[in-house]
Amino acid sequence: MNASIEKQRHLIDFTLASLARRKTKNLGLLLVYTLLVFVLASVSLYTHALRQEAARVLERSPEIILQRMVAGRHDLIPPGYLERIGRIRGVQTIEGRLWGYYYDPVVKANYTFMAPAAEAVRPGTLTVGPAVARSRGLAPGNTISFRAYSGKLFAFTVAGVLPHASELVSADLVLMGEADFRAFFDYPAGHHTDIALSVANPLEVRTVAAKLAAALPDSRPILREEVLRTYASVFDWREGIVLALLSAAIFAFAILAWEKASGLSAEEKREIGILKAIGWETGDVIKMKLWEGGLVSLTAFLAGFVAAYLQVFRLGAPLFEPVLKGWAVLYPRFELVPAIDGLQVATLFFFTVFPYMAAVLVPIWRTAITDPDSAMRS
Amino acid sequence: MNDLPPIPLPAEGVDTGSPPAGGSMPLDGPALGRPGGGAMIELKAIRKAFNQGRPNEFWALNGIDLTIEAKKVTAFQGPSGSGKTTLLTIVGCLARPTSGRVRLAEDDISGLPERFLTGIRRSTFGFVFQQFNLVKGLSALENVMLPAFPTGRPHRELRSHAESLLDRLKLAHRREARVEWLSGGEQQRVAIARALVNDPQVLIADEPTANLDTALSREFMGILESLNAEGRTVILTSHDPLVVESAAVHRVVSMRDGQLVEN
Repeated sequence: MNASIEKQRHLIDFTLASLARRKTKNLGLLLVYTLLVFVLASVSLYTHALRQEAARVLERSPEIILQRMVAGRHDLIPPGYLERIGRIRGVQTIEGRLWGYYYDPVVKANYTFMAPAAEAVRPGTLTVGPAVARSRGLAPGNTISFRAYSGKLFAFTVAGVLPHASELVSADLVLMGEADFRAFFDYPAGHHTDIALSVANPLEVRTVAAKLAAALPDSRPILREEVLRTYASVFDWREGIVLALLSAAIFAFAILAWEKASGLSAEEKREIGILKAIGWETGDVIKMKLWEGGLVSLTAFLAGFVAAYLQVFRLGAPLFEPVLKGWAVLYPRFELVPAIDGLQVATLFFFTVFPYMAAVLVPIWRTAITDPDSAMRS
Repeated sequence: MNDLPPIPLPAEGVDTGSPPAGGSMPLDGPALGRPGGGAMIELKAIRKAFNQGRPNEFWALNGIDLTIEAKKVTAFQGPSGSGKTTLLTIVGCLARPTSGRVRLAEDDISGLPERFLTGIRRSTFGFVFQQFNLVKGLSALENVMLPAFPTGRPHRELRSHAESLLDRLKLAHRREARVEWLSGGEQQRVAIARALVNDPQVLIADEPTANLDTALSREFMGILESLNAEGRTVILTSHDPLVVESAAVHRVVSMRDGQLVEN
């Protein structure tokens, strides 16, 4: 075998023996570092997954949604509006949407009722989101009844359950036919909740929005990119809040770990002197400590990251969910689709492994360059 | 212990240490010839200061001219503070002189950078320290193997060589024991085995009997004699009469206040 590979093998052997010799210190360090990585990775994984989820949801949503406003409040779109918009150039499709919220006192959750225009739902049937199906124990073929706001009771047959692909949007969704929707909510004929417009050319979206605002002064156009930006800033803000709250603890841990990692005991200094005296070069000592730091920090990084992944995507992030998700914004419960961003992992790696390596190497380098005759005088 | 089986010395030019950068340097241990009894180490006008330029400046060596012969046992003796250990560190390339010249087998090594000195130290010298300086928590065998790690010698070969050294020093049964569990005499034998693992030409021992009783001291001198009989140069410091008056020691160099008293 190549001598340099054999040499590295010897150094790794010695490093492992050294780590085992100082078990308490190294295990303590490993624990603290794993905890640090775990907290940072949890927050970062969770918010990234939420952002991804929001982006995925909005990917299929229309470029512009038009809402009518009365006294600054969202109101129904009266008949005739759809025809007035039809003449704007650049608008590909226009669709009047019917949707509303329903509070289910049985499970104390809000559902979004919707009458999709694209797919026909047979009268008297419903297609429900996965969270609704879970909470009410529904399967295709079951019957469920809801009491409308008018006090009347409506019974429906469950025709199907929506797929899990994006629970953030579909979790609380209940799809029904237009006639059922209008009857259930006492919705006036010809009225819509809002209007969805798709614009083929993304560069024209703002122009179309300006034209809409001019043509229908009592309405407000909401752009997809604005919603996406709002979502992003909400989650960024939440991430910032969590990190700010945790910063004191993170700093305390980081300082503790830095001190433990960088502090060389008299015994370690003596050992370095001995190694140099018996023929180890400064570079060999540094390489050995590099292996040591690398093993500790990589193990901590991997363990912390895997633990964070499991916490976020398997256990539903019980530690950070209340702050990061927000009970009012994202309700009812939904499960996140695992999403990992390479850059995010690299950033986390850089900010956890590199400081540790620096903490280990600087004092070692200082000790390693001292004259080897110190061993003779110890 | 005089009946120790011999350890074959490496043939000239056999690589027992990693070459320093620049490979062609003639000064690395293996490239040094094995002088046939002539001058091994020459010291010219050696001076060594500690804390130079500060109020507590101290001159440990003050003009040493000395030639140490190859394949002989040379002992430095003198009271504490006479400069014996400092001289030993300069001879063993553990430290550089403040001024003066050190020649090792005809090559001037006084001005060499640390990296080259390390290479020479690893391949040419074996050290037995006064406190043994073994690495605690490691076994006797692991301690013996330590100096050879930077050479990249194959693990299996190195392990068997280290085992044979421990066997030769009658420590085979203790090879897996942690060094802190060993007696003083056993620790010293581990230190000797460690000093020999890279097959050095020169063995350097600082006050080797300071921590041993009379019986163990005699045993050490026996080992020394056998190593010298194999052709190794031995340099040691001591103020123990048992050492300096031993028949195994060919030459005693006395020191006082950083200077040689007599040769």
